[in-house]
Amino acid sequence: MLKQISAITAINIKSIPERWASSLVIVVGLAGVVAVFTALLAMGAGFESTLKASGRADEAMVMRGGSDAEVNSGLDRDSDDLIEQAPGIRSGPDGKRLASAEMMVIAELVRKNDIKNGFNITLRGVEPAAFALRPDLKLVEGRNFTPGLRELIVGRGVTRQFQGAEPGKIVRMRGSDWTVVGVFESGDAYESELWADLNVVRTTFARNGSSSVLVALDGAGGFDKLKQSLSADPRLTVDVIRQQDYFSGQTKQFRQTIGVLAGVVTAIMALGAIFAALNSMYAAVATRSKEIATLRAIGFGGLPVLASVMIEALLLALVGGIIGALLAYVLFNNLSVATLGQNFTQVVFGFKITPALVVRGLIISILIGMIGGFLPALRATRLPVVESLRAA
Amino acid sequence: MTRTGFVTANLFRKKTRTILTLLSVVMAFLLFGLLQSLDHAFSAGADFVGATRLMTQARVSYTQALPLSMKPKLESVPGVARVTYSQWFGGVWQTNTQIFTFSVEPSSYHDVYPEWVMPEEQWRAFANIRTAMVAGKLTADKFGWKVGQKIPLSSNIYPQKDGSKAWAFDLVGIYDGKDDAWKKQATQVFINHDYFDEANLFGKGHTNFFILKLAADGNPEAISKTIDTMFENSPDETKTQTEKEFNLEFIKQLGDIGLMVRWILFAVFFTLLLVVGNTMAQSVRERVPELAVLKTLGFSDGSVLGFVLAESVALCLIGGLIGLGLATLLGGMVEQATGGQFMLPVDAFVWTVGIATIIVMSLAVGLLPALRAQRLKIVDALAGR
Repeated sequence: MLKQISAITAINIKSIPERWASSLVIVVGLAGVVAVFTALLAMGAGFESTLKASGRADEAMVMRGGSDAEVNSGLDRDSDDLIEQAPGIRSGPDGKRLASAEMMVIAELVRKNDIKNGFNITLRGVEPAAFALRPDLKLVEGRNFTPGLRELIVGRGVTRQFQGAEPGKIVRMRGSDWTVVGVFESGDAYESELWADLNVVRTTFARNGSSSVLVALDGAGGFDKLKQSLSADPRLTVDVIRQQDYFSGQTKQFRQTIGVLAGVVTAIMALGAIFAALNSMYAAVATRSKEIATLRAIGFGGLPVLASVMIEALLLALVGGIIGALLAYVLFNNLSVATLGQNFTQVVFGFKITPALVVRGLIISILIGMIGGFLPALRATRLPVVESLRAA
Repeated sequence: MTRTGFVTANLFRKKTRTILTLLSVVMAFLLFGLLQSLDHAFSAGADFVGATRLMTQARVSYTQALPLSMKPKLESVPGVARVTYSQWFGGVWQTNTQIFTFSVEPSSYHDVYPEWVMPEEQWRAFANIRTAMVAGKLTADKFGWKVGQKIPLSSNIYPQKDGSKAWAFDLVGIYDGKDDAWKKQATQVFINHDYFDEANLFGKGHTNFFILKLAADGNPEAISKTIDTMFENSPDETKTQTEKEFNLEFIKQLGDIGLMVRWILFAVFFTLLLVVGNTMAQSVRERVPELAVLKTLGFSDGSVLGFVLAESVALCLIGGLIGLGLATLLGGMVEQATGGQFMLPVDAFVWTVGIATIIVMSLAVGLLPALRAQRLKIVDALAGR
């Protein structure tokens, strides 16, 4: 039996070059489905991993109660001080508490492929502890801003996607000039931001206090200690949330949107590909009907014929799937894009084609190959031997 | 047999093949319709904004508030007929539903936006009752709000003087759009700025946007420039643009979805070209002797070309129209299922682009096989060479 299957399959596959056009339909069709599926989900995966990387479990954010996002939150200076003095916060090597009151405001920059439309960019005014609280953040170009001066450092994502934020450039905000003095990389959502000295941001934007306070938690019990003490304080109405939870909470909606888009698009494309595959395999069986009948006449069983057609379809589908995944990888992996995040500002992130996504894509291509191959394979086994031999 | 009948008969001589190809075309155009509509929404923005209005915002970002003291200065700019303003309230219904809520000055807002239709006495109530609120018909219907009810709405930004973010307003009117395009937009909720300004804990006398209605002879470009120059070098530098430009800018913020959509469309059409092209090539290959017979009978080369081309056009046209039709249905269903939150209008624009694509497509796939049929030499074809 196995011998028969391999014999017929070998004949089939060797004859593919003669029928290359219709075989190509399956390969290209599946390549399209898998490429689109993988690329779409890679967009979701990239966004998710960028935000996930931004959050640490051993740090917490304090915002005004019921704010959901930093952009909506506002704390006055007294609250900042109360929060920074609360228990449960770890101290740095210099003995100072690791806490940074941060003011998030929105500025506009123009995208590189655009001429005039402004895009919302986060400008974050930070205290010195902000850098110790984000150990992954590294200055890669220029120098840090000087406290008290209107100087900015910008994330790599910003320089990648937006105009006028390279070192040496001047960004105009609220009637004053800000000099870009450095570029930082952090591999997370902070890379999509402009950073400056907190007090300079406060005076320029005529605001007091901060949007949030980021603190390092003191050991496992730190979070509960901090939360308890802050909620017990009648002078404060704040939410305390682990930084990790804050960021992973933001990915849900985007992931769902991309998931639905990928699902619908892939389902429709897959149906189209199944019809195309059926077509090609029916044609393949039809052109070989005489050959199949001959094999049946000399004693080959129905099952080997069925298997051979199925294997051919699966093989073509798999080749298509692999080409599709490769295509998605070459065209889209690490491609930098931007979208609106929770704070109503742009988050720059890269597509991320993960092995798991590729495997899912290949599974889809194999499924389509099976469906597209089965009916034609069935017809091949049922060909009336005598008539097929007589025909043509 | 008529020529049409002949083409149809040929098309369905291999039923399975034709139907399968047809279904592939249907799927491709179903996707085309939906994606084109999505792309159009992203790239074109709100076409329906007919009236020329200008929006003045803080140059740094519209999230940065501007002082209301700017209003008389804006009113004095030649060519500006009326000025109103609106401020984002950050409205949240029940636990987690964001409502587009703006705090506005009722009487000037009414003048600047004649597209919102509501009985005059409701407009008056909105202006006179401090805790008043009016809601778009779509939103009121969705949550079952009735005029006269007290609507609890919290803000995710503004606490009241007592620190509580739970606000409540009296629903005094429900507005609708003046035509279909505006009716679909009737989702916003407006509250009375006088009350909001007094009751909220901080930020007195500020707003996010000034909206300017221009006089009939007002030149939007010149006026924008005048305004932005007027506030240059102040902490409250402005950026003034037309409402249409503003909407486009707003929607572009959503980012590179449009780019993805175009890539998908490209992938779909490349595949489709191959599928239909292959079917047509195959069917001509099989019929070489028949086509030769037709020519022997006296059909001109041109009409043989026509037969083959007509087949591919018919295939694409039938499949394409069914696909676009399905997309229209599905788009409508999505709109209904999401309560108008997410719109996927497969409208006249999408249909026009769709039909143009069908024509280009059918010529692209039909032309090669048709030319082959036209060039057949009778003797060679009959001899099977």
